[in-house]
Amino acid sequence: MSGDGAIAAPSRVEALPDVAESPRRRPLDWGSLIVHALLLACVAVIAFPLYYAFVISTQTVEEVVARPPILRPSGNMVQNYVEAWTRAHMARLLWNSAVVAVVSALGKIAISMLSAFAIVYFNFRGKPLAFWMIFVTLMLPVEVRIMSTYEVIGNLGWLNSYAGLTIPLMASATATFLFRQFYLTVPNELVEAAQLDGVGPMRFLWSFLLPLSWANVAALFVVLFIFGWNQYLWPLMITNTEAMRVVVIGLQDIIPRTGTHVPEWNVMMAAAMMALLPPVAVILFMQRWFVKGLIESEK
Amino acid sequence: MKRAVFKNRGLPYLLVLPQIAVTLVFFFWPAFESLRLSVFRTSPFGDKTLFVGFENFAKLLSSPDYYRSIVNTFVFAFGVTALGVGAGLFVAALATQRIRGLAAYRTALLWPYGIAPPIAGIIFLFIFHPSYGVLPYWLAFVTSYEFNWLLKGPLAMTLVIIATAWTHIGYNIAFFLAGLLAIPTSVIEAASVDGAGPIRRFRSIVFPLLSPITFYLLVVNLIFSFFGSFGVIHAVTQGGPGNATEIMVFKVYKDGFVGLNLGSSAAQSVLLMIVVIVLTALQFRFVERRVTYT
Repeated sequence: MSGDGAIAAPSRVEALPDVAESPRRRPLDWGSLIVHALLLACVAVIAFPLYYAFVISTQTVEEVVARPPILRPSGNMVQNYVEAWTRAHMARLLWNSAVVAVVSALGKIAISMLSAFAIVYFNFRGKPLAFWMIFVTLMLPVEVRIMSTYEVIGNLGWLNSYAGLTIPLMASATATFLFRQFYLTVPNELVEAAQLDGVGPMRFLWSFLLPLSWANVAALFVVLFIFGWNQYLWPLMITNTEAMRVVVIGLQDIIPRTGTHVPEWNVMMAAAMMALLPPVAVILFMQRWFVKGLIESEK
Repeated sequence: MKRAVFKNRGLPYLLVLPQIAVTLVFFFWPAFESLRLSVFRTSPFGDKTLFVGFENFAKLLSSPDYYRSIVNTFVFAFGVTALGVGAGLFVAALATQRIRGLAAYRTALLWPYGIAPPIAGIIFLFIFHPSYGVLPYWLAFVTSYEFNWLLKGPLAMTLVIIATAWTHIGYNIAFFLAGLLAIPTSVIEAASVDGAGPIRRFRSIVFPLLSPITFYLLVVNLIFSFFGSFGVIHAVTQGGPGNATEIMVFKVYKDGFVGLNLGSSAAQSVLLMIVVIVLTALQFRFVERRVTYT
C-alpha cells in the first residue's frame, strides 16, 4: 500500500470498457427500469454533498444560516470566490499543491521505471535485496515513522522546501511493480532484435520500452497526481510557513469554528470548491486512464 | 521463462540507485530510528536519552487512553470499510442486470475519489453543523435527538466515517464493476434460463465469483482507514470531542509533535508497523493466490 493510491490488485480484473456492453433491446423491461431508478438514486445521494457545498458557496451569510436551509444557488458566487481567493492566499496554495502533485508523480514514474528496467533486463548481484527493499516500503507508511522522518528532513535542511515536499514521496513499490509487470510482457524477440542491431540498454529503454509503455505512464500519472494533490500528513509536518502550505492544509485556517467566527461558510465552501476542482476534473476528463491506473496497478 | 538481458556491470546499480537512495534515507533510516527510540526515554528537548527497555510499550499497554484509541481506530476502520464495500456490493448487485450506460454510472459514482478526505470532512462538517446544517434540520422532524457532534462523541465518529467513506465509495464500485464484467455473460444467462431470478443469480453466482475482489477490497479499505485517515481527523475533529475520534495515527502525531513524548510516539509507531505488516501480508497472500489460480 504505502498509500500510493495505486494498489496491488487482483490480476484478473480488467478495466471497464468505455462503452458499456450492449444488451439486446427488449420492448419494456421493468427490471432494468427499476435498476436504473435505484442507480440514479445512488448517484443523487453521492452527488448531494458536493451540490450542497456548491450551493452554499453561492449564497450570502444570511442565506447560509437561514432556516429552513436554502437548497438552490444564489447570486453571491463571485464575491465569495474572490473573498476566498484572497483570504486563503489561494494562488500560492494551489501553485504549491500543483508542484507537489506533478513533481512527485513524475519523479515516482521516472525512478520506478529505471529500477524496474534494471530488475527485468539485467542480472546483477544484490538484485533480490534491491527488490526486497523496494517491496518493504509498502509496510512503512509515513504514519509509522513520523517523528524520525521529520528529524531526517530537518537534518537535511529540507523543511519548508519543495525538495522536502516531493523527493521523500518518490519511492514507490507499486509503480515499480507495475513497470516490472509490463516489461515482463514485452516479447523477448524485441530485446534480441535490438541487441543484434547493436542498440544499447538506455537507447532500448528510451526508444522501445518508453513508447510501448505510454498508456501505463499516463494511467499511473493520473493516479499519482491525485495522490500527491491530496497529501496531508507529510506537508503538514514539514512545512510551517504560509508560503509553503499546500491547499488541503491551507483550507483549515478559514474553517469558521463554532462560537468564535462569523459563520462565513459560503467563503469556506468557495475555497473548498477551488481546492477540490483540479483533482476531480482530472478524474472526470482522464477517466479512462484513471480507472486503468487504479485497477491495473497490480503486482 | 529465461529473459534476454543486457550485459553491463555498473549500469544496473546506477539505475536502481535513485529508488534505493530514497528508500534508505526516508524509509529505512527513520524506521530504524523509530525502533531505537521506542526503547529510550527522551527529554522534551531531545538533549538527554535514557535506555528504558520496554517501558514505553508497557506504559502504552496499560494506558486507558491508548486502548481508547485502539477501539476508536477499529470502529472507524470497520465503519468506513463496511460502508464503502457495502455500497460497492449494492451497486454491483444492481449492475448484475447488464443494463445500458454502466460506464456513465461508474463515472457518476467515481469522482468523489478525487476529493481529499479532509476537504470532504469540511463539507460534512457543515452538513452536520448543529445550528446551520441541513441534516440536523431534517432529522429534527423525525427525532428529538440533539445533533450536536461537538458534544457527542459517537456523532463526531459518524461524521468522519461518512466523510471518509464518501470519498472511497467510487473506488470500491470501480473494482466491483470491473470484476462483474469479467464474469462471462453466458454463465448468468444460463442461470436465467434455468429460472433463477435476479436475487438468486446474484447470491449464487455473482457474489461467489466476486468474493476474491470483496476480500481484496476489505483489506485495502482497512489499510486505507487505518493509515490514510490522519487528515480527516486532524482537519475536522482534532480527535475530539474528548478523545472520541482519536485514532491511532492521530495519537502518534499528537503525542510526538504536540506532546513531545518521543519515546511513547516511537513505541506507538512500532505497534502500528506490526499492524501494517500483518495487513500487507494479507493483501499480498491474496494476490499471490490469485496468480496461481489463473
